[in-house]
Amino acid sequence: MSKPLPAVDFLKIPESGEPYLEGHKCGGCGAVYLGVRAVCSKCGARGKIAPVKLSNQGNLYVYSIVCRSFPGIQVPYVSAIVDLEGGGTVKGNLIGVDPDPAKIKMGMPVRVVYKDALGRKDKEGNSYLSYFFEPR
Amino acid sequence: MSDVYIVGIDMIKFMKAGTGPAVEALGAQAALMALDDCGLTIQDMEALYCGNLGQAGGMVGQRVLHQIGQTGIPVVNCANACATGATAFREGWMAIKAGVYDTVLAVGVEKMGGGLLGGGGGGGGIPKEGLLGSMTMPAVFAEAGQEHARNYGTTFEQFAKVSVKNHHHSTLNPKAMYQIETPLETVMGSEMIAYPNTKLMCSVNVDGSAAAVIMSEKKVKELGLRGRAVRVKASVLTSDPWQERDLVMPDVNTCTRQAAKKAYEMAGCSAKDINLVELHDCFATAELLHYENLGLCGDGEAGHMIDSGATALGGKVPVNVSGGLLSKGHPLGATGIANLYEISTHLRGEAGKRQVPNARLGMTHVIGLGSACAIHILEKVA
Repeated sequence: MSKPLPAVDFLKIPESGEPYLEGHKCGGCGAVYLGVRAVCSKCGARGKIAPVKLSNQGNLYVYSIVCRSFPGIQVPYVSAIVDLEGGGTVKGNLIGVDPDPAKIKMGMPVRVVYKDALGRKDKEGNSYLSYFFEPR
Repeated sequence: MSDVYIVGIDMIKFMKAGTGPAVEALGAQAALMALDDCGLTIQDMEALYCGNLGQAGGMVGQRVLHQIGQTGIPVVNCANACATGATAFREGWMAIKAGVYDTVLAVGVEKMGGGLLGGGGGGGGIPKEGLLGSMTMPAVFAEAGQEHARNYGTTFEQFAKVSVKNHHHSTLNPKAMYQIETPLETVMGSEMIAYPNTKLMCSVNVDGSAAAVIMSEKKVKELGLRGRAVRVKASVLTSDPWQERDLVMPDVNTCTRQAAKKAYEMAGCSAKDINLVELHDCFATAELLHYENLGLCGDGEAGHMIDSGATALGGKVPVNVSGGLLSKGHPLGATGIANLYEISTHLRGEAGKRQVPNARLGMTHVIGLGSACAIHILEKVA
């Protein structure tokens, strides 16, 4: 069976070692982006963007409990925005917690975990690895 | 520079998404109504600024002229997400301000599909919706509201009260899509779409159109149209300045704050001078954010403001007396001009049962996610 592919470009799966999220940081102003780019849209600097490994530790900034989505998308799930320690903000599903506002605290510590992309496959039948957040 | 005026403005009654005629016929209806409102004809128009999002590549402005008069005037087709109509209007305002034309027509028109907006994600591989959170509009604006809840303890109930208020207002507006009272328990108990936005806290997809005839001061005097004219005191457009969470969390606050600041400067007034506001309540959560963004109250006070009734008809500064996008409906490309129609109608003293008494200054605000913010301040003339 072939290795899973990354669900997004900024999820890196090294030949050896653990998967991680990759940011791109501006050497001019410190802004952190997801994905490769040449110019910083915060300060306008060119050619100063370099890849950085993002932390797997962060805090839940905000969330929504999604109860209706497009056909075929399983609900409910928790859409979460997480600030990673050391920079970078990422959006994903918060798992390992009931989809109940009483159970989810904004600001709570979470970790990034890497799992199969909910069984979703592309047209060629490839499996994908994705990232999720869970309380820590 | 001399002032710019709205002399003719109107909107059609908004209707269920997909039930309207073809987009050019829909736009033509409002265009003719705006012309009739000031007693002019298409032959009097020197340019057309047309806002439409769904068929942005489809020369909708020219197709409207094919319906009502091919006079050969320049046509500019605008697309700027939900700020499309306001952007088209502003292009017309700017051309007159610059002295290029004396009389132009602005039309906003949209034929909508049903269901959720946003999401998709595109790109190759596998669908990302529901895997990497949600990019549907209800969820995006739920998260924007949750930021307010995080900072100030704003509650689900306070967000829901926005919908109660705007649905109540729409019972007084025959041009709104719905005229139905929705008590708090009905709003909070309706289907949860993306917490804290229930179905009744999401704007209504509708077919709609609105149009305005914009005129220079010189021409207004020449034609004797001052009686029902409305002065455009400020017209501002901003885009989204860089924010650290931009990539995953569209920021509707900063572009609104910057636009509001410029608009108040341009109009020579402050928030406390504004008598009524039509703001971008695409979701109930959004309305509360904009109370603070527009300076209607201090930071952290929006929850109290909705509780106090200050933004309901009869309150200190009524907001979305038309019913808002939540109940009047939200035809994306038409919304910006429909808002201008609502404010103009109050300034003219022609708003009937929902009239805000003694209205002299009114504000319109729209947000196009991606992002664009347009704000206009209008002033009563006669």
